[in-house]
Amino acid sequence: MATTLSSNGTSTNGTGTRPYRKHTLSLLVNNKPGVLIRIALVFARRAYNIDSLVVSPSKDPSFSVMNIVASGDEKVLDQILKQLNKLVDVLHASDRTGQDIIQRELALFKLHCEQDVRSDVLQLAHAMNCEIVEVSEHATILQMTGDTERLDSAHRVFEKYGVEEMIRTGKVLMARGQEITS
Amino acid sequence: MTKKTAAEVIVDIVQQQGVEYIFGLPGGAAIPIFDALVDSPVQLVLTRHEQGAVHMADGFARATGKPGVALVTSGPGATNTITGLLTALMDSIPLVVICGQQTTWNLGLDAFQEADVSGISFPVVKHSYLIKDPQDVPRILREAFHICQTGRPGPVLVDVPKDVSSALIEPEFEEDYHLPGYSVPSDGDPQAVEYAARLLERARRPLLLVGHGAVISGAEKAVIHLAEKLQIPVTNTLLGKGCFPETHPLSLGMLGMHGTAYANKAVAACDLIMSIGSRWDDRITGKTDVFCKDAVKIHIDIDPSEFNKTVQMDCTILGDARRVVEALNAVTSRGDTREWLKQVEKWRRQYPLKYKKGGRLRAEHVMEEIHQQTGGKAFITTDVGQHQMWAAQYMRTDHRFRWITSGGAGTMGFGFPAAIGAQFAHPDATVVTVVGDGGFQMTQAELATAVIHKLPIKILVINNRYLGMVRQWQSLFYDNRLSGVDMIGNPNFVKLAESYGAKGLRIKRSADVKRIIRTAVEYNDGPCLIDVEVEKEDNVYPMIPSGATYDQMIIEAPKLKLGQTAPKLEKPVGST
Repeated sequence: MATTLSSNGTSTNGTGTRPYRKHTLSLLVNNKPGVLIRIALVFARRAYNIDSLVVSPSKDPSFSVMNIVASGDEKVLDQILKQLNKLVDVLHASDRTGQDIIQRELALFKLHCEQDVRSDVLQLAHAMNCEIVEVSEHATILQMTGDTERLDSAHRVFEKYGVEEMIRTGKVLMARGQEITS
Repeated sequence: MTKKTAAEVIVDIVQQQGVEYIFGLPGGAAIPIFDALVDSPVQLVLTRHEQGAVHMADGFARATGKPGVALVTSGPGATNTITGLLTALMDSIPLVVICGQQTTWNLGLDAFQEADVSGISFPVVKHSYLIKDPQDVPRILREAFHICQTGRPGPVLVDVPKDVSSALIEPEFEEDYHLPGYSVPSDGDPQAVEYAARLLERARRPLLLVGHGAVISGAEKAVIHLAEKLQIPVTNTLLGKGCFPETHPLSLGMLGMHGTAYANKAVAACDLIMSIGSRWDDRITGKTDVFCKDAVKIHIDIDPSEFNKTVQMDCTILGDARRVVEALNAVTSRGDTREWLKQVEKWRRQYPLKYKKGGRLRAEHVMEEIHQQTGGKAFITTDVGQHQMWAAQYMRTDHRFRWITSGGAGTMGFGFPAAIGAQFAHPDATVVTVVGDGGFQMTQAELATAVIHKLPIKILVINNRYLGMVRQWQSLFYDNRLSGVDMIGNPNFVKLAESYGAKGLRIKRSADVKRIIRTAVEYNDGPCLIDVEVEKEDNVYPMIPSGATYDQMIIEAPKLKLGQTAPKLEKPVGST
């Protein structure tokens, strides 16, 4: 399902009728083949779109951490979480939306900068704490980390100079203080 | 310790689990496991189709409460089990389905009879395994048996590549399960139980809704105690038959789309409804947003994903149905339900289940007769459709495990192989399968299996030469524009049975029902098929059209004058 991002972080579904909220889910799962499909099937069966997905090893190599951003109806999401927790390979699945939790993602922006604006762009990049990955005759590549809102706003700023390509990693989460995330 | 092949270890573990029969059909990739069965006390029942094998294992499981086991080969052998897996998943049946698979080095290479079976299985199993390391065989098999029968039961598929089953391994049985993501709820939260107890006491028009979860957990005694102590009427779902005796004075029988009118009247009027292991299925709720709108709703279930799935609850209790109801019994006392019971009795007298006996042959008549002649003690299995609803209405079930039907999936072709499984489980009991002429033809090849083992199953083919439930819908809601429901080309079922070496009988007139049923009941040398040529165009009533409300229940067939046609009803807005 195609979703369009609006400034307040909500998105609309294909028909544009009902506002959907973005949800950030955190899962701890067995690190085994086939686990990702089982999880994806739970979303697909309820026609729920996954916006981003990060799978990474946890401290214990027999488990993986998954961070999923998905948008859709609240009641359906509640059901999806229960279905995820029911999977034998899922140790824990929870909705972290709206919680005070550290969220980070990484984005790479490739800008086609003519010489007359390049110094503007590099100055902006510096001001916004972007890492300059590459500067060549035809392209300037910038790297930025932060929460989704920060990356969204950088995207809007760079768009004025023509973003040729952008790639984002999807969100990773960590609970603040002593709490263990999953 | 001497090494064994992984296939031998599989068969050993199956035996250790107390399994007496494996239902299956071989193929190249499964030969090592079939080979191991030659020297095992576990008996192989060779079926004619893999779907039959899974339904037999399912019937065995439903008739005993123990896991059923099926063994098939790779590729098409395994894909033929999918309908059986869905049937078992939807009805929470403990199954272990073991599939042969191509060798590990051929996985994904489109080798002969190779299919991604564990991948195909994901949506229709509780869990599935593809074993790649022979050393994992003992642990995985034991996990499969553990998972399939604990918590909310369900089918588990184990895919075993041929090189894995052929490998020699140490038969290591002591290793623990490794299931960090799997836990089984048991006792309910005492606070939730207390809250439910107070709600029950406060209610003036309470109703208990008993589902399959109550049957699975063995909650019969606890539920009877609760109903009698609190004087609350009890209705049951299609799969809940057998928990609370349907001949009990407090029983209202089945509710829902084709439930009794008095049960449905009670649902519409109650001020509290408590589900004990029923998942508020769409056949029960109809239009969910108005279902029991003003009643307090309580839900006891072992599967938390069923809470608030279709209908919003006021109180949920996570746990084993038997343990939760026992806990409730200890803390609740009787409220005032006298007026309510009087009202319910009035409905029972006012709207009894009825059909015309005598004259043209009615399916209900034959079912009532065989039910009476077997003292209500036979194991009954059915397919899906009109015959299933009539059987549910007229074959009142008093005992656990005696009612075996495909509820959630509504699988045609389930009843007969399920009866074979039930008869293997209870060789001395009477097993009756009630099937339609349409569904029976989907798995009739298992007549061979029943004849080989001389299973004295009574096969009632309710033959109206239609796919009757679809015809009923087309007749009621689609201007009687019949499409794809005429069973023209049916075989002569009596001769068909005889050609397999089974006994074949036919009933055409109501006057013959008693005599011919007696002949069938007394015949014990093998399967006996009775072709019951019933009235072609009978409909099942009462009926709440799908997605409709309880007020819209059609209690009986409209009485029409000669030449008059029935008024067309609005097309149901619900699912099917």
